[in-house]
Amino acid sequence: MKTLQEIDQHARDIAPDRQKAVYLVTKTVAERRKAIFAHDYPDPDRLRRLAGQIKQHTLEHLDHYLELAEKKFTENGAKVHFASDGVSCNQIVLDILQKNHCRKVVKSKSMLSEETELNDFLNKNGVESLESDLGELIVQLDHDRPSHIIAPIIHKNRREVAECFEREGLGAYNDEPEVITRRARNFLRKKYLEADAGLTGANFVVAESGRLSIVTNEGNARFCMAGTRLHIAIVGIEKIIPRDRDLALFHNLIARSGTGQRLTVYNQFIGGPKAKGQPHGPEQMHVVFVDNRRTEVLDSNCREILRCIRCGACQNICPVYRQASGFAYRSTYGGPVGSVLSPLLAGEKFAEFADLPKASSLCGACNEVCPVDIPIPDLLLRLRDKGKREAPDKSGAGTPPMGLWAVMASQPLAWKTALRLGYALNYPPGQAFPIPALQAWQSVRKFPRWRGGRFRDWMKTRNKNK
Amino acid sequence: MALHPQTRKKPAGKRLFFMATCICDAFFDDAARAAVEVLEYLGCEVVFPEGQTCCGQPAFNSGDWKASRKVMRHTMEVFKGEEPVVAPSGSCAAMLTHGAPLEFEEEEDLGKVQDLAGRSWELSDYIVNGLGITEWKGRFPHKIAFHRSCHSRGSGSAEAATQLFSSIEGLEITEFGEMDQCCGFGGTFSVGFPNISAAMGRLKIEHVTATKPDYLVSGDMGCLLHLGGMIDKEDSQSLPRLHLAQVLRDSLKNGGLL
Repeated sequence: MKTLQEIDQHARDIAPDRQKAVYLVTKTVAERRKAIFAHDYPDPDRLRRLAGQIKQHTLEHLDHYLELAEKKFTENGAKVHFASDGVSCNQIVLDILQKNHCRKVVKSKSMLSEETELNDFLNKNGVESLESDLGELIVQLDHDRPSHIIAPIIHKNRREVAECFEREGLGAYNDEPEVITRRARNFLRKKYLEADAGLTGANFVVAESGRLSIVTNEGNARFCMAGTRLHIAIVGIEKIIPRDRDLALFHNLIARSGTGQRLTVYNQFIGGPKAKGQPHGPEQMHVVFVDNRRTEVLDSNCREILRCIRCGACQNICPVYRQASGFAYRSTYGGPVGSVLSPLLAGEKFAEFADLPKASSLCGACNEVCPVDIPIPDLLLRLRDKGKREAPDKSGAGTPPMGLWAVMASQPLAWKTALRLGYALNYPPGQAFPIPALQAWQSVRKFPRWRGGRFRDWMKTRNKNK
Repeated sequence: MALHPQTRKKPAGKRLFFMATCICDAFFDDAARAAVEVLEYLGCEVVFPEGQTCCGQPAFNSGDWKASRKVMRHTMEVFKGEEPVVAPSGSCAAMLTHGAPLEFEEEEDLGKVQDLAGRSWELSDYIVNGLGITEWKGRFPHKIAFHRSCHSRGSGSAEAATQLFSSIEGLEITEFGEMDQCCGFGGTFSVGFPNISAAMGRLKIEHVTATKPDYLVSGDMGCLLHLGGMIDKEDSQSLPRLHLAQVLRDSLKNGGLL
């Protein structure tokens, strides 16, 4: 038995100030979330359950809603594409850009593009693709990766940002947040004007109207479409919701869940390219629906994870994420949602991520805050079962074997014998038994005195005396 | 988490099966004893089936569902009947009400598991929501920090215990930081993730001790095994722990009712 899980090692080795920053930010946002829900709604759980039902319904009829969305987008003048995986998604985007002679692209935040590593692909193929969300821009300039869905640079401090800006020629070292922001703004304004195309994701895709809903706090998605002549949105097929009116519920939930705001600052609804008579806006709109193993997830016993609206609330509340940070999960998605999604999206590479579902005390806090009521602990458990069967080495690190225990626990006589034998633990030689689980436990804790069978004895005497 | 099935039966009579839990069987006999004394004080006929072992949760959480189902099938045999099954643990109760139906989803005997799930209770939940008792008599003149164990999330157990505590004369419940956060035990999690588990435990202990309670109380001895083990490891710290059943029983004793 390997005694340590990778995520636990990561938590052990993380720089203390980085861990503290992650802990403080996530805790603050989680508290803000809780306060605003409690203040605004008599029964927030009803909203979460309703939103979960809407998403679940959509997933169960995804064939219908995808077709409807395609029809409506086409009617609105947008071109719809379907990509089966990340590679074809990137290729479709590149083809559209090349066909339309687009050399420079500004991009708003999209977790899907992190999944497909779109920026790298475009830049390698002669298209300059630049992130416009402040956090994502810093990540890109610093050749780093985001470590949180909503707060991509939760792991960075302002000194690191200032050093990066200095190195990348955005100005001499200055770590004042106002200066950093102003420099990013000046840098980006020029890029927005130079760009040929705007790339975005979408938070929600409405099937009945063929409409994208994009929420930001920086207005950058809007800028990506202000001066460009072409707009490409890449969206996971699970982003669909049936009706425009459903947006009311989801907008209320996503802002409160993600950042503790009532509403995100900029809320865009995009129903097609520039219409005749409209003075501004991209002349072309492309929507790329991306599968990238989502239909496999839909076919699995963890399909509820596709309800996820990427708000990051489960990351903020998770005590394990707070200790280990997002990079510990070695994948696009960290925290509870990542522990479920990453092994599933890995497909035949499931084994590489089979340890992720173990990184949870199963406390259930993630489910309590999830705006679409995903039963995350249940899904983690199902994946542990899968891990035990398909990738026992990776998932089993640090886990004591259960075979002998199961035999004892199903035979009362063996159980009672073990209750007697346990007394050996009360003496130093017993405590030093070379059992890894016992030693791991005792490294930070003292074992209580073994009192095996005492309750049974008491119960027997009591029943006799009655 | 919907830990409790919608169809949970209200107890018909006062006869019940007591599930002592393996952790009380091995370490914390007085917690189990207190639970029995409390239930008998309430007029329950407490039956302790001798063949009982463990609810199967360690293997369930480890991902070894095959091993866990083996143990659960034994547990179902042990607690065969109509009587409610009451455990002094939110965690073991959750295994019966929620975990077992999950691991038996694809099994032929799912029906039997659901039957057991429908009549299983955590102790304080049983007292308040099963028996309908909302006030507790006696006296417990101490300040307690009550750690709501995570397996009681969404089950009504923590609310039930708090309701009983708040009616006890002299008892004061402290409000500490991050009360809803997990203590870091998580069963085999504490073994596989010793660093994270200990960091979570330290945080909990810091918050709890800051309020200077006389006792740390929980409905789950698992949490207290872990937190207590950490407290005892440091010679500089000391904080006695009690199971909520011990508080209820001692309150009756102090009031001369037991």
